[in-house]
Amino acid sequence: MNGPRIRALVIKELLAVLRDRKSRMALILPPLLLLAVFSFAATLEVKNVDLAVLDKDGGKDAVELAQRFAGSPYFTRVFALHAQADVAPALESSRAMAVLVIDEGFSRGVAAGRQATAQLILDGRRSNAAQIVEGYSELIVTRYNEDLARLAGQPGARTVLAARNWFNPNLDYLWFTVPNLIGMLSMVVGLVVTSLSVARERELGTFDQLLVSPLSPWEILAGKTLPAMILGCAESVFIVAAAILLFRVPCVGSLWTLAVCLALYLFSVVGFGLFISSLCNTQQQAILGTFTFMIPATLLSGFATPLETMPQVLQAAAYANPMRHFLPVVRGVMLKGMPFDMAAEAVWPLAVIAVATLALAGWFFRRGLE
Amino acid sequence: MTPPLVVATGLSMRFARQDPPALDGITADIPAGRVTGLVGPDGAGKTTFIRLLAGLLHPTQGGLTVLGLDPVTRADAIHARIGYMPQKFGLYEDLSVAENLRLYAEVRGLPPDEEAETFRRLLDFTGLEQFTGRLAGRLSGGMKQKLGLACAMIRKPELLLLDEPSVGVDPISRRELWRMVKALAAQGIGVLWSTSYLDEAEACDHVLLFARGRMLFTGEPSELTGRVRGRVFQVRGIGGGRRAVLRRGLELRGVIDGVIQGRNVRFVLADGSSGLDLQALDAGPRATLDPVAPRFEDAFLDILGGGPGGVSVLARNMAPKQPGPEAVVEARGLTKRFGGFTAASGITFAIRQGEIFGLLGPNGAGKSTTFKMMCGLLRPSEGQALVDGLSLAACPGAARARIGYMSQKFSLYGTLSARQNLEFFSGIYGLTGARRRQAMQSMVDIFALGPHLGESADTLPLGFKQRLALACAVMHEPAVLFLDEPTSGVDPITRREFWTHINGMVERGVTIMITTHFMDEAEYCDRIALVYRGRTIAIGSPDELKDEARGPGAPDPSLEEAFIALVERSGPERDARTAA
Repeated sequence: MNGPRIRALVIKELLAVLRDRKSRMALILPPLLLLAVFSFAATLEVKNVDLAVLDKDGGKDAVELAQRFAGSPYFTRVFALHAQADVAPALESSRAMAVLVIDEGFSRGVAAGRQATAQLILDGRRSNAAQIVEGYSELIVTRYNEDLARLAGQPGARTVLAARNWFNPNLDYLWFTVPNLIGMLSMVVGLVVTSLSVARERELGTFDQLLVSPLSPWEILAGKTLPAMILGCAESVFIVAAAILLFRVPCVGSLWTLAVCLALYLFSVVGFGLFISSLCNTQQQAILGTFTFMIPATLLSGFATPLETMPQVLQAAAYANPMRHFLPVVRGVMLKGMPFDMAAEAVWPLAVIAVATLALAGWFFRRGLE
Repeated sequence: MTPPLVVATGLSMRFARQDPPALDGITADIPAGRVTGLVGPDGAGKTTFIRLLAGLLHPTQGGLTVLGLDPVTRADAIHARIGYMPQKFGLYEDLSVAENLRLYAEVRGLPPDEEAETFRRLLDFTGLEQFTGRLAGRLSGGMKQKLGLACAMIRKPELLLLDEPSVGVDPISRRELWRMVKALAAQGIGVLWSTSYLDEAEACDHVLLFARGRMLFTGEPSELTGRVRGRVFQVRGIGGGRRAVLRRGLELRGVIDGVIQGRNVRFVLADGSSGLDLQALDAGPRATLDPVAPRFEDAFLDILGGGPGGVSVLARNMAPKQPGPEAVVEARGLTKRFGGFTAASGITFAIRQGEIFGLLGPNGAGKSTTFKMMCGLLRPSEGQALVDGLSLAACPGAARARIGYMSQKFSLYGTLSARQNLEFFSGIYGLTGARRRQAMQSMVDIFALGPHLGESADTLPLGFKQRLALACAVMHEPAVLFLDEPTSGVDPITRREFWTHINGMVERGVTIMITTHFMDEAEYCDRIALVYRGRTIAIGSPDELKDEARGPGAPDPSLEEAFIALVERSGPERDARTAA
């Protein structure tokens, strides 16, 4: 390893990216765009639900119940149906997410202190949203029951479940998505910078020029890894700053712990990027390779869907995924102040991944020589 | 006489207001039934002219009719009646030869009942009938061009536009392309063949000579060649170095051009020059000055005002190399197998210090494979490649530090400025501190890169790109320079400048290995290895190769004729051996 030679490589690599307007854009725009889109679009809450009400009773208590639905912040558009025959079309055409059917004799039942029934019909095509709407509805009905009991001078339910959400007391979804996005966007940047670099040089013939120079494959590898780390770290700092300052996600843990873990994470991502790049002859192949890696890596990271529910095989495969190791740590450090030793315990596999992928990449750099 | 197919009057094209025009007041005709050569250096406006004819660009000024139609308003009608083959013809590399033809037949709307007959005719014409199932991406450069030509001719065109069809094509395929084009012209088709290689201009019936957007000459090539008659000489029987003779000659007043031709040197004198002083050339006691027949290239350089001088500032500033071992570069039984296919087998040669060694051969003959093994880009299956006595396999770093490498793509970093490219290449060759600054400064001075230092390499004019690439390759003063088709697609003047530097460096003791498809360039070599079907079929000086090919049918073969004869002679012999 020769310092000045590697330095020349690093400078060349940084200049090649920064001097080209298109490469500069490719580095700045996608993260900004993804940050904006994901933070506001990838919401796991269900809001703005359309609810249809078929009030067969028409009495005062039925109106009261319907009003409680309409008054909740989740149901923004509540409209009335007039006949049983309207129920199916309303759901079918997705005009309503749910239909509340209040039986005849509801008010009479309430007045007499008997059981009164109302029915909730949900659109099962959106199974997840349907479950959440059902939860909201149950809560509304429970509160209504408690109020009725109080009015009638009866005691309410004996056991009450009091739930507290630790680490994110208001269940603000941004607190969940934004830290995850730090992991995802850092990966996008790390892969974009690295995966194209070797393939581009192969396409233009400059890679041959490097191979006939006195540079060893390990020097070339170092010359590709370092600039990617520099650019990746710079972008990650920018994304973390945006998370804390713009999205107001708290960081209760140490920023240094986060920085060390993030650098290690980027190291493993750069390893994957260079590995993909070393396999490809053209930039087109490199882009396809990057996507082939990105999509499963996102799915097997525990970002959108919990890993625990996946089949054993996939859970095992996820151990090779840098994001799977990093996401719990970034959430842990930011939201619950995970200390350094615990974070280190969770991220050490990233070092293994980085060493393995970089070794493979270095091996494949010489592939053309065989 | 039939009316001309193309009539251009005062045709001008300007891409941006501030730039000089790409074409400036061109008035020219293209007749039917003849091959018209569109000749000129890079940036002359050849491609622009062709694209205007094809209706792909709209002229800024002037009149143009193609087949009696206006290409601005009637482009569709013209497209149906012309064939156009751009520099990079759009072959689909993942489709087979037959599939490419079928695709173009559909695109060009060939009636299905004519398909079989047309394909048979075109495949027969191009000699591709045995390869219909092969993927286009796996064809050699020459075969790709032939397939491109076939695709451009799907609907028998009235006018065929060919944009530099012979770049990267070996002499044998080039000759076949010419045979085809001549046959087409005989059928009454008008052919426009653009080229920056001037030996091709000579073969045309009619020539349009462009330079910097202006037309300098139109007419039969012999008419232009006639202008330098009596001014072209060959110095024969040279004692001592012919490179030194060339250098001295080019510095003489009245000499406008000079090239090496095997063991002789050819000079062109300026109009009205009193003659060449053999004494001043210091060519030895037995040297003679013989008048020779002029070539188109001589006349071309004359009309452009002559080539560059003979002294290379690059070489002058270089420290002479200490005499080293007998052989500076050596191939010992180099063999390369890809699976079951043997691309090179038992290649052996030794290059002495200060020698220019040429690797020649048809496309796909194993020339590039051998070249790559020599510079360490491919690992030989058997045998050894040595540089300065060091094996490229055993001590790659040390051996590679002695090599300079320049490929036809120039391999510069396009987004980096000229200065940054110099900084980078000096850096990876381990130059630091004062030595680095010095090396860079001398490159900037020698190649006059000063005004372009801040420009991105991509936007440099081609001539400067080549200078920069050469500067990057020689900054660390390598003992050996590997050149892979370094002047492919480059015009004669830039090529001469390049060779001035190469000759100068060789005189300082640098050793050169070069691959090329152009026989003019091969004449500069001290020795040539002719590679065919993975073997060296001949090694020797250009004159020795010519002697070898000499026979009753060819009393005085050119190097190109020798090349073809030697390849053809070895072809059937080897086939017989494999059959036996």
